[in-house]
Amino acid sequence: MSKVDLSNFKFDGIKQEAITDLNDLSVEDKDQLLMAGVTSDLSSRSATFLQMDQSSVHCKSMDDNVEIMDIKDALEKYDGLKEYRWTLIDKDKDEYTRAANDNLHGGYFIRVKAGAKVVDPIQSCLMLKSENVGQNVHNIVVIEEGAEAHIITGCSVAHGTKAGAHFGITELFVKKNASLTTTMVHNWGDEVAVRPRSAGVVEEGGKLLSNYVLLKSVKDLQMYPTITMKGENSIARFNSVVVAPEGSYLDMGNRVIMDAPNTRCEIIARTIAAGGTIINRGHIAANHVPSKGHLECQGLILGDGRIWAIPELDGTAEGVELSHEASVGKIAQNEIEYLMARGMDEDEATSTIVRGFLNTDIMGLPERLQREIDKQIEELQASDAM
Amino acid sequence: MLTIEDLHVNIGDKEVLKGINLEIQEGETFILFGPNGSGKTSLLMALMGFSGYEVTKGKIFFKGEDITEAPMYERARLGVGMSFQRPPTIHGLRTRHLVERCARKGQVNPELLAQTVNMQDFLDRDINAGFSGGEIKRSELLQLMAQQPDLVLFDEPESGVDMENMQLVGKVARDVLDGNFNVAPDLTLRERKEQTKTAGLIITHTGYILDYVNADRAQVLYKGHLCCEGRPRDILDHIREHGYQECVRCMN
Repeated sequence: MSKVDLSNFKFDGIKQEAITDLNDLSVEDKDQLLMAGVTSDLSSRSATFLQMDQSSVHCKSMDDNVEIMDIKDALEKYDGLKEYRWTLIDKDKDEYTRAANDNLHGGYFIRVKAGAKVVDPIQSCLMLKSENVGQNVHNIVVIEEGAEAHIITGCSVAHGTKAGAHFGITELFVKKNASLTTTMVHNWGDEVAVRPRSAGVVEEGGKLLSNYVLLKSVKDLQMYPTITMKGENSIARFNSVVVAPEGSYLDMGNRVIMDAPNTRCEIIARTIAAGGTIINRGHIAANHVPSKGHLECQGLILGDGRIWAIPELDGTAEGVELSHEASVGKIAQNEIEYLMARGMDEDEATSTIVRGFLNTDIMGLPERLQREIDKQIEELQASDAM
Repeated sequence: MLTIEDLHVNIGDKEVLKGINLEIQEGETFILFGPNGSGKTSLLMALMGFSGYEVTKGKIFFKGEDITEAPMYERARLGVGMSFQRPPTIHGLRTRHLVERCARKGQVNPELLAQTVNMQDFLDRDINAGFSGGEIKRSELLQLMAQQPDLVLFDEPESGVDMENMQLVGKVARDVLDGNFNVAPDLTLRERKEQTKTAGLIITHTGYILDYVNADRAQVLYKGHLCCEGRPRDILDHIREHGYQECVRCMN
């Protein structure tokens, strides 16, 4: 993984004005947000946060049970958020974490109050609006005891923006018997470098479902969120659907540490390299019994590209049940012929299979977002990329 | 409808079909018997046009057109349909969607068709994912009903199917051949039957399928050669009594 040359990006002085009504955004920017799963129609969202470049420009909760604010305000209000901030990630881990510590531009603090069942998704978007902007954000999410929420976190460039750098720290706290679904959709540009550094902890009886969708090209992205399942009877599930067109370099995956008995986790990644490179990591560690983990990395190379699957299982106690299934290849001939026997020509058969491979129904996304993702897949298939 | 002339087929270097001549008329149901490894499945695969089944000599005509070299999808579009023995699972492809895609002769109602084979609950599942033997057969029939081919290639309809499913599979297989299913409810039964003159080429080991379909003729395929033409029941009775030994004598 190449290092991001920080001197190429402007990490200071790129402020944006506050936006009271997201409908005031340009049509193009609204479209860009939609591609990252974020809608300007707030009636279907319980809270919204929008960061542009180095300013948080919009932040509003429609639900008393959801507290959402600029991380800087939260640090002030909650005395530095000492209980949470930098508790899961070492602030000296690398130059990107240091940058986010030393020169913090923003990010969100989301707290869902104990026992609240928040039905409408909470949405946040971190956007690169200016050319060559560098963005350091720190996000903290706390789902209090017994609460339930779905957070859609989109990351996007503005229309026409090509180059930028996004360094995002995210620390997730799923408390006892709480349930969190996160859906992250990335919509970066050809020349954007992305370094999320994420970690989370799931307490007793907690549930974390994490969806990740990347269908647009990005120059290089490196992320490897680590989730620790600290409490008994906790569940974690990860679904990723990722495409790397020509020019994209992705080093990504999930790491789960099952650190309590009666834990279950599943990591499923479906990746397509269509000219780009994907390093698909997966790591499940289990230190107690009973515990059950399954890791799946399915990779298709269409035309050119590289997929390097690195599945790792680490059991440290007798009786742990860990398994993995990894494959890297092309579309199976017998699948193509099956569809050709039904009258599809080879191209139709291929695109039908690819469409199925990228199917995100399992994620249970809101309809509007599902439609948007379906549209992106169609566009991707219609282009020469695949 | 289907004419096969002196067909020789290789899998790799091995010749598996050694000069097959066969004619199946419009609406006719033809049964193919034969021991394991005799080339029955290879004949079906070659007729459908699968890769790996190389025609080294001979011709296949369908509706008067030479399809010996035609790609698979052209054969399908011309009206050749096939029920697969072991179809692949395709992740993310819903059965419903595939059924809709099969229907090239006009829109079909997947729900209605699924009722016929008791597959309503499978429409929103990935095709063939975790399907049992009987479910695979029903799903294949469901697709064929949507496709409405003029010639159905059916490889061992009874394999992997329990008795209860056999009833259903047998009945629907017959309905597919007779055009007796509810794909176009606005047509009368007579109109549907007139429209449908589906021919069938069915491979069977056990002969159970004969309890359900109206088979017209049968032959035995033995070591890549066709022999012993006759009435399906007669041939089945003969094989049950004497095994395939008689075929060997017959050929020599």
